[in-house]
Amino acid sequence: MPENDDMTLKVEELILKVEDLAVHFPLGGGLFGGARRTVHAVDGVDLHLRKGECLGLVGESGCGKSTLALSILGLQAPTRGRVLLDGVDIAAPGVDRKARARIVQMVFQDPYSSLNPRQTVRKTLEAPLRLHGVGNDSEVEDRIAEILRHVGLRPEQAARYPHEFSGGQRQRIGIARALILKPKIVVLDEPVSALDVSIRAQIINLLLELKETMELSYIMISHDLGVVEHMSDRVAVMYLGRIVETGDWHTIFTKPRHPYTRALIAAIPDPFGERPGVKISGELPNPLEPPIGCRFHPRCPEVRDICRQPPTPELERLEPEHAVRCLRAAELA
Amino acid sequence: MSGDALLQVENLRLDLIVGQRRFGAVKDVTFAIGRGETFGLVGESGCGKSITALALIGLLRRPLAFGGGRILFKGREIQDLSDGEMRKLRGNAISMIFQEPMTALNPLSPVGRQIAEMFVLHKGATWHEAERQAVEALANVRVPAPDRRVRDYPHQLSGGMRQRVMIAIALACRPDLLLADEPTTALDVTVQAEILELIRDLSAAQGTAVLMISHDLGLIANMCARVGVMYAGRLVEERAAQEVFRTPSHPYTSGLVASLPLLGARASHGRSRLKEIAGVVPAVTAFPEGCRFNPRCQARTEICIAQDPEETALARGGRVRCHHHA
Repeated sequence: MPENDDMTLKVEELILKVEDLAVHFPLGGGLFGGARRTVHAVDGVDLHLRKGECLGLVGESGCGKSTLALSILGLQAPTRGRVLLDGVDIAAPGVDRKARARIVQMVFQDPYSSLNPRQTVRKTLEAPLRLHGVGNDSEVEDRIAEILRHVGLRPEQAARYPHEFSGGQRQRIGIARALILKPKIVVLDEPVSALDVSIRAQIINLLLELKETMELSYIMISHDLGVVEHMSDRVAVMYLGRIVETGDWHTIFTKPRHPYTRALIAAIPDPFGERPGVKISGELPNPLEPPIGCRFHPRCPEVRDICRQPPTPELERLEPEHAVRCLRAAELA
Repeated sequence: MSGDALLQVENLRLDLIVGQRRFGAVKDVTFAIGRGETFGLVGESGCGKSITALALIGLLRRPLAFGGGRILFKGREIQDLSDGEMRKLRGNAISMIFQEPMTALNPLSPVGRQIAEMFVLHKGATWHEAERQAVEALANVRVPAPDRRVRDYPHQLSGGMRQRVMIAIALACRPDLLLADEPTTALDVTVQAEILELIRDLSAAQGTAVLMISHDLGLIANMCARVGVMYAGRLVEERAAQEVFRTPSHPYTSGLVASLPLLGARASHGRSRLKEIAGVVPAVTAFPEGCRFNPRCQARTEICIAQDPEETALARGGRVRCHHHA
């Protein structure tokens, strides 16, 4: 079921549409004719992102959220499905990589390893401008100064090298680099988890401000559900390559329906020890041999026999904005 | 803490040695842990929480060195023990689990043998007997099929399973004190929840006291009875765990609590701009004079720059190191 065909969505509001996206990685096989196996890292994902929206992408390691992000950036070719950026299929032949780069950019998790230590900030910010045809030196200077001010740094700091900055400042440089081409969409991959706790609020506030002032749309990957709740307009929860629940932030955090979403929320240590909920046991199954039926059933506290039978449950819409991939969704209300 | 504390740390000083200079990476840190108690140390990277734990089991190595103070374990001073004496204590009466189990386990040895080693070294068991006990120990940390898993090497196990093995090793000799340094930071949240529960259950069952170290204030408050908040090598506040959230006293603690996007906050109070703590965490070699938090503190006055604050006991329990505490 396409998740976003409903009447409440006007096409012109959409900045990104992901249709039945799958990324499969073949493994093994080869010399002695062993069976070729396949990891279904992303296995049929439908997503949409509206202008000005922040979509939180949640799930544990191995759920496919980073592979999905790479596909959206055009850095990972999909096995199946399409990614439409501003209405354009980015994988179609003849689509310019540079055109894609002007639409979507990324902020990385680790501001220590994601900046070139041998380049000044100016050089890091100048390269994309030059590549995209800004040849005029004074315009380059102006754009660099402008973006540095936007992210809370001073234009004269452009002459410095990454090691002269603190972690929080480095992340500001990473954000400046992502925004220098004025993209429409920014993929934020764990944007604050590598930062000191007392610095995180600065970066979270900055990202939310920039979303307004630069009219950005975000896809944010994070395992910190507190950050996701604070920043997101909508949330998609992934498990073993598929979206298991998606909805607006309030629904996901106050009325989660999928047992996995509930377990994720229950797993966050509550300082006052008051958060109810059922914790789950076990670990992510081997993605080479995903469980039959509902992929979550071996860990699910609500499991019934029917969940262990094929086919895999579909993502069913409960409300216009709320969809759940669970056979028992109606009973679990 | 009464006189019969299991562990007493008094005016602990740990130095970072750079050339001829010694920097006080940890200074005047004092706390005590009672038998069976769970105590948390919380702070950001570089605050000194991890090296405090390393000092407790004699694992400080250059460029870090013991700089002064006393560590009393069951009333006995242990800061000057010889390597041999410390080795008898370490893993036996005091043990430790680390953040990244892959680097803490020996990749060349089956996990069962690494557990069995504890019984051989500390309890005088034969290898045959110890390997049988290792299966029990793995079962204790809820590893499925422990009789088969003992033969696995660390790389064959998931992160969560490896951390269970670490816990099995640490608890093998039923220690009086378990040091847990960010034991779940490398794990997914659902696995984290299981590991925390395991540590909580086993330590309670064995009467083991736990020193839990983390940067995650919510986790520490959830797991521990009392919490010490560290900033730039100093213990700035020590309180009952939940009081740290409800009525933080030190400006750093209250700033930190206000800056956290706590799960559930937006749903119950709406979204407001997070409170920021200005500035950056100082490097060990550049801790400020006076109160070490003063350059970032909103309550700063002249005295905070001029004078290092003493510890003050709070009427509502706990203590704080601030000239202008709440």
